[in-house]
Amino acid sequence: MSARPMLEIAGLHVEFGGLHALNKLDFTVEEGEIVAVIGPNGAGKTTFFNVISGMVEPTGGTLAFEGQSLLGLDPNKITARGIARTFQNVRLFNNMTVLENVMVSQHCRTRQRVFDALLQTRRFRTEEALVRDRGKEVLGFFGTRLTGYRFDQPASVLSYANRRRLEIARAMATDPKLILLDEPVAGMNPVESAELTQLIGKLRDEMGYTIVLIEHDMSVVRNISDRVVVLDHGEAIARGTYAEVSANPQVIEAYLGQTTDRN
Amino acid sequence: MNMIEALTAARPGSGKTRAAAPARRRLLDQDWRRLACAGAVLAVGQVFIALTGMPVTFDRRLLIDPILSLGYLALLWLPPVVGNWVGREQVLEGMAAYAKGGRDVVAGAMAGLLGNLGLTLLVLGITHFDVRDPLVHWSPQLLGILEFDQSVWLGALVWPAIGAATGALGGAMHWMGDKTARTMVLALSTVFAAAVLESVIVDLSQGFHIEAVSDWLYGPQRGLTLAATAVIVAVAVAASAGFSWARAASGRTAPQASAQPDAAGAGSLPAQTAWRRIPARKLLGWAFAPAAIIVLPLFLGRLTNELLANVGLFILLALGLNIIVGLAGILDLGYVAFFAVGGYSVAVLTSPGSPRFDPEIPWFGALFAAMLLAGLAGLLIGAPVIRMRGDYLAVVTLGFGEIIRILLLSDWLSGTFNGAQGITNIPGVEVFGLATVRGFEPRSVLYLVLFFCAIAIYVSWRLENSRIGRAWMAVREDESVAEAMGVDTVSAKIMAFVTGAVLGSFSGAILSAKVGSVFPHSFAIIVSIVILVVVIFGGMGNIAGVVAGAVVLIGVLGGPNQPGLLQEFAEYKILIYGALLVWMMLQRPEGLIPSARRARELQANDVNQDAWLRAQPAGRATDDAGGTSDRGRP
Ligand SMILES: Nc1ncnc2c1ncn2[C@@H]1O[C@H](COP(=O)(O)OP(=O)(O)OP(=O)(O)O)[C@@H](O)[C@H]1O
Ligand SMILES: [Mg+2]
Repeated sequence: MSARPMLEIAGLHVEFGGLHALNKLDFTVEEGEIVAVIGPNGAGKTTFFNVISGMVEPTGGTLAFEGQSLLGLDPNKITARGIARTFQNVRLFNNMTVLENVMVSQHCRTRQRVFDALLQTRRFRTEEALVRDRGKEVLGFFGTRLTGYRFDQPASVLSYANRRRLEIARAMATDPKLILLDEPVAGMNPVESAELTQLIGKLRDEMGYTIVLIEHDMSVVRNISDRVVVLDHGEAIARGTYAEVSANPQVIEAYLGQTTDRN
Repeated sequence: MNMIEALTAARPGSGKTRAAAPARRRLLDQDWRRLACAGAVLAVGQVFIALTGMPVTFDRRLLIDPILSLGYLALLWLPPVVGNWVGREQVLEGMAAYAKGGRDVVAGAMAGLLGNLGLTLLVLGITHFDVRDPLVHWSPQLLGILEFDQSVWLGALVWPAIGAATGALGGAMHWMGDKTARTMVLALSTVFAAAVLESVIVDLSQGFHIEAVSDWLYGPQRGLTLAATAVIVAVAVAASAGFSWARAASGRTAPQASAQPDAAGAGSLPAQTAWRRIPARKLLGWAFAPAAIIVLPLFLGRLTNELLANVGLFILLALGLNIIVGLAGILDLGYVAFFAVGGYSVAVLTSPGSPRFDPEIPWFGALFAAMLLAGLAGLLIGAPVIRMRGDYLAVVTLGFGEIIRILLLSDWLSGTFNGAQGITNIPGVEVFGLATVRGFEPRSVLYLVLFFCAIAIYVSWRLENSRIGRAWMAVREDESVAEAMGVDTVSAKIMAFVTGAVLGSFSGAILSAKVGSVFPHSFAIIVSIVILVVVIFGGMGNIAGVVAGAVVLIGVLGGPNQPGLLQEFAEYKILIYGALLVWMMLQRPEGLIPSARRARELQANDVNQDAWLRAQPAGRATDDAGGTSDRGRP
């Protein structure tokens, strides 16, 4: 591993018509870390992910992954570099089957051309088999929940928790180095959420992914994150371990301030 | 056991926990507002149909020899439909459903009666007033049909009676029970199909030298004979009874049969082994269908071959558009552009009548050029619109479709395309010295079309189940997510345009050779719309659906410039297309044959789930059973 961090972000700035969604944000992720990004609603967390994955163009700042700039790359090129993500409001390919969902996300790792498919070349057949097996393998990570008869069900019939799992599986299938999870346990019950927390740990320990996750559920954040970064109004107001951050008066104020705003 | 179960079980006489029989309603316990509404809608509809002139124009075409013409059918079909609708009761969750009964029949009858009073008013109106100026069909001919060539009063009185009777029939469909209703619909549609397919059946029976059959079926002035009608109804009823009996019989054995293979191969999953369980019967069908398609044209006459060739041309177009719209989800309203590129490329390169390019080349060479040019056109049209989404893209493609037509028409390029005079004298297709395909030999054209349809079907089928096909579907589902998942959406979309363009150009190339001439007006915007309707009507994204859509729409109604089986429809084709499209979007947005894959998955769900659970070792199975609901797991 090189001495430079895996993901290096400096002075990142995003503006939506006068609204500073992200404001001079510095952020680094080392390989093999689990970093949690927390902050009140509207703090800019999802926007932060959108910028990394190339879906939103930043107005300023630099963004480098493994030492190479990501600025100006299309989202699919960024995925090809090794960054995959999930979405806060689950966005599966609903009319495609569970297996197809994880097959299509291997697009940037496969090479077959149209003529291979038309002529059914050996390259086509071996690659299809590989893609299929890899898809099944990834789905198997979640036990039997997404396997068996589920392979051929459309994603739309899955339960909510299973959809969230499939989103993670779909991200895994892109064969990434860094996975961005946007509120992975949102809407799950405590049992499911504890189980998924464990799985996220396994994603790093067994699969070797580096993980950045956004989460509102503090028990999840406490249990798995090595580091926590707190965003408020697009700025990082605190960093450190969970214990450090949760004792930080600014953080408490940000959360409390928001609570009083709401009431 | 919960309260309700306990209560129902305790009630004397009901051993099972079954809901009590639904209450019956009195005959006149009607929803009067709904009834009046239905009556009014029906009245407007009937008068509209009458005034479009359909009854008069269609009256020439007899369906059942002495008694029913297509013209009268145009006025007969709506009351039962409305009657059926009025009789249908909306049962929302928590509402008690009422028993089906005489009340529904009365509702249907009243709606039909009210509605056809519209026709009574029309009869009286036509006799007393003359508003032919704006309403061209406000005519004595229409009056003649409406009064059955008898007297005004007969017409005025009989129509409400007919409405009541047919409306009652529609309402009674609920009461009859599913099986009877289905049998009735089957019988009626078989009779209708037999009448509509008259020219094909006559043609076929001549081909097989069994003219006796068609002579017996159809009267001298076209239309089924009464005896034949009776026999067809009897056969349909018998078939329906036989079918439901067979289904009941197979239903008893099916669950066992389907569970067996799964249980046997414990770890192997149903989906993986599905192809192995394809019954021999089906394999035979797959072998038989192509054979039949190859042999059949030999027995068909000119007319039918011509009709089928037209259908085939539109199958090609629809398959091409299906890749763009159905698979990749790009709404292309200018698809005719590729059809035109194909047609004109071949015309310019092969015809001695074309002003430029004197060394004329054979059709297959020109086809190759047409493919390249169409692919290029796909690139040119695709590239600028690829960054747009939704409505904007549709509007821009619409523009491109027109641009191509206007270029072909323009003075500027008339040195190449001959402007409005078009290009004539396009020779036929020499198939490597083996055969010649010419427009006046529809059979040869049909074979050529079938060959290219086979190619198009193969291409669609293979691409759908490949990397690019999955990318198209992902783009269709959610473009930005697809991109974030590593799909190169730009090249996927351009690829869709190019593939669709090439398939469309085949159709244009064949059209040129078939008709022997091309004109800019053959490639008007309506062609794009018709192809799109075929795709939507058949079932977007589904090959079988698209083929079925083309067969039904182009075969029966006809294409924009081609006659269909019901040639009388010509004038009203676009109206009917529009009405069908509206109805389809409201009632069955997934199309005639929805993507089979999806339908199968949804149906097979429960069966698969049960079979799979049974195949699992006990511990795992229960674990998953808990997991399936994903809630309340300990
Ligand atoms: N595409 C956009 N255009 C305009 N404003 C946007 C856009 N995306 C986000 N915003 C705004 O930027 C701010 C940050 O939004 P963001 O979704 O990043 O918040 P978040 O921290 O993820 O909140 P939550 O916890 O609710 O998910 C919000 O005020 C939001 O309204
Ligand atoms: Mg968010």
